[in-house]
Amino acid sequence: MTENKGRFGIHGGQYIPETLMNAVIELEEAYNHFKDDPEFNAELTALLNDYAGRPSRLYYAEKMTKDLGGAKIYLKREDLNHTGAHKINNVLGQALLAKKMGKTRLIAETGAGQHGVATATAAALMGMECVVFMGEEDTVRQALNVYRMRLLGAEVVPVKSGTATLKDAVSEAMREWTKRISDTHYCLGSVMGPHPFPTIVRDFQSVISKEIKSQLYEKEGRLPDAVLACVGGGSNAIGSFYHFIEDKSVRLIGCEGAGKGIDTFETAATVNTGKVGIFHGMKSYFCQDEYGQIAPVYSISAGLDYPGVGPEHAYLHDTGRAEYVPVTDDEAVNAFEYLSRTEGIIPAIESSHAVAHAIKLAPTMDKDKIMVITISGRGDKDCAAIARYRGENIYE
Amino acid sequence: MSKEHIKSKFDEGKAFMPFITCGDPDLETTEKLIAAMEKAGADLIELGIPFSDPTAEGPVIQEANLRALSGDVTTDKIFDMVRRVRKTVKIPLMFMTYANVVFSYGAERFIGICEEIGIDGLILPDIPFEEKGEFVGICKKHDVVLISMIAPTSEERIGMIAKEAEGFIYCVSSLGVTGERSNITTDIGGMVRAVKAQNDIPCAIGFGISTPEQAAEISKVADGIIVGSAVVRLCGQYGRDCIESVTEYIKKMKTAIL
Repeated sequence: MTENKGRFGIHGGQYIPETLMNAVIELEEAYNHFKDDPEFNAELTALLNDYAGRPSRLYYAEKMTKDLGGAKIYLKREDLNHTGAHKINNVLGQALLAKKMGKTRLIAETGAGQHGVATATAAALMGMECVVFMGEEDTVRQALNVYRMRLLGAEVVPVKSGTATLKDAVSEAMREWTKRISDTHYCLGSVMGPHPFPTIVRDFQSVISKEIKSQLYEKEGRLPDAVLACVGGGSNAIGSFYHFIEDKSVRLIGCEGAGKGIDTFETAATVNTGKVGIFHGMKSYFCQDEYGQIAPVYSISAGLDYPGVGPEHAYLHDTGRAEYVPVTDDEAVNAFEYLSRTEGIIPAIESSHAVAHAIKLAPTMDKDKIMVITISGRGDKDCAAIARYRGENIYE
Repeated sequence: MSKEHIKSKFDEGKAFMPFITCGDPDLETTEKLIAAMEKAGADLIELGIPFSDPTAEGPVIQEANLRALSGDVTTDKIFDMVRRVRKTVKIPLMFMTYANVVFSYGAERFIGICEEIGIDGLILPDIPFEEKGEFVGICKKHDVVLISMIAPTSEERIGMIAKEAEGFIYCVSSLGVTGERSNITTDIGGMVRAVKAQNDIPCAIGFGISTPEQAAEISKVADGIIVGSAVVRLCGQYGRDCIESVTEYIKKMKTAIL
């Protein structure tokens, strides 16, 4: 038996068809070669800084802090990155890696469209071909992002199979990869899928916690007491947590999309309602029925509307190192409006889930405590949908 | 012994192995199909247990999975159907499904029932060589053969896979997912030779084969032919009345490889 790779406790692994095995092995070898290569890292840092606008700001949300009357709140502004979300951190890394591997074509799945837009952007920048798979339902929910991807030169393939959402887009991107491997890199958007993806994506996103740590030292001279981020697959959350995992005094809190509530079937809170399973290349928690059929999940947020969670989160949950809390649509929409009015920052509906939990948690913490919320993306894309949620039809 | 049972079918000549999705359109039809396919000349049968998200399948089998699940087919109901069918059907029967169907049922419990109801083999397309440890020991204990797969991209991996393979090797003919193809360009003879250099084990070729001409051509360099989408297409087209057309198709394909 060869070594069983890419495990986080019992989670992770490489549950994929034999057809893809050499592709993931090749990817792992390339990544291991380039991750410590000074030239590769210099190139990536230049892209992150000059093109994507890093480091992103760590902003003291003074009005929110005073309004909630508890912990001091900082916002990690990933929404200020080029393309409007944290997704660009991972995509620039993977696209550069793919290019070094001699690949000329990027394929990707997307839910809300942020990862698709980021991939289309990197493909345009690096002169690569790009095809993005997106659930048909999401192409309707996020029509503006479909246009942005096409504008950037990508082909957008609406996926009609299954529930026509993010999980089906992942399935279709995997199918496409088995058809065309030699010139194509599958630019996975979250810390999920078969090894080495959960590790590669986490490493590229860990820049978030690295910056939080040094920025907060500069401002406060100490570690935060809590870090909050939303969790779908979990890439911005693992990026926000990673450099604090060993700092046991820092509470790590992932906020899941609970949809209409975890006591209903219309939820996407995987850690809270799912059980261990094997799907999309990994062992982790999945929303599923008693026979292992993957459940149709629901969240107002297309980016959290996924029946699984990254294997490292599953492990952080098992070990108790991180907490995963459910946040309903209603709470997220209230938070979306709250942050807009209180701080003049319109957060993505995904990130609003983390803001919503912060609104509950901050008042229970002492004033000398510090909380960091990662605002993973900006909310312009969500305005029409939130207006509809509030019973108002607006036309873009 | 399941291993010998499977092997005996390849010793008799080139083997023809059709695939159907259990419960498409319902389990009564599946039961009739299994008996009819044996009678029509099928040497082994692959029985798909439907999964909500079959990532290795093309559109034809994806739709069959959805048709079956929409009819409330469950793993337990499929076990009961196989129990009934085993009273008359003698040829090797294999389950083809996704890892989560087995894992969520409990691998020990699932594979134990396979032994009890007379299932000879298990094909899990999302369990590559590196992950088989979790299932292969349980399979051996219950005399169910975990079938190994190789693909056109396997190259130097063929040796290690072939060495530990049992029953037969499922050779994937082409890149991509299941589904009929007009042209198969892989050097299948080369794949089979690479296997045989390691292990004298039967090689059955699947993915993309639909016509008697393709079957005849490929069976020259292989020990068996697996056909899924072309059979499932007939099930989708004729529903409960598919027995006759499937029977005729199986006869035609079996004759082509004789």
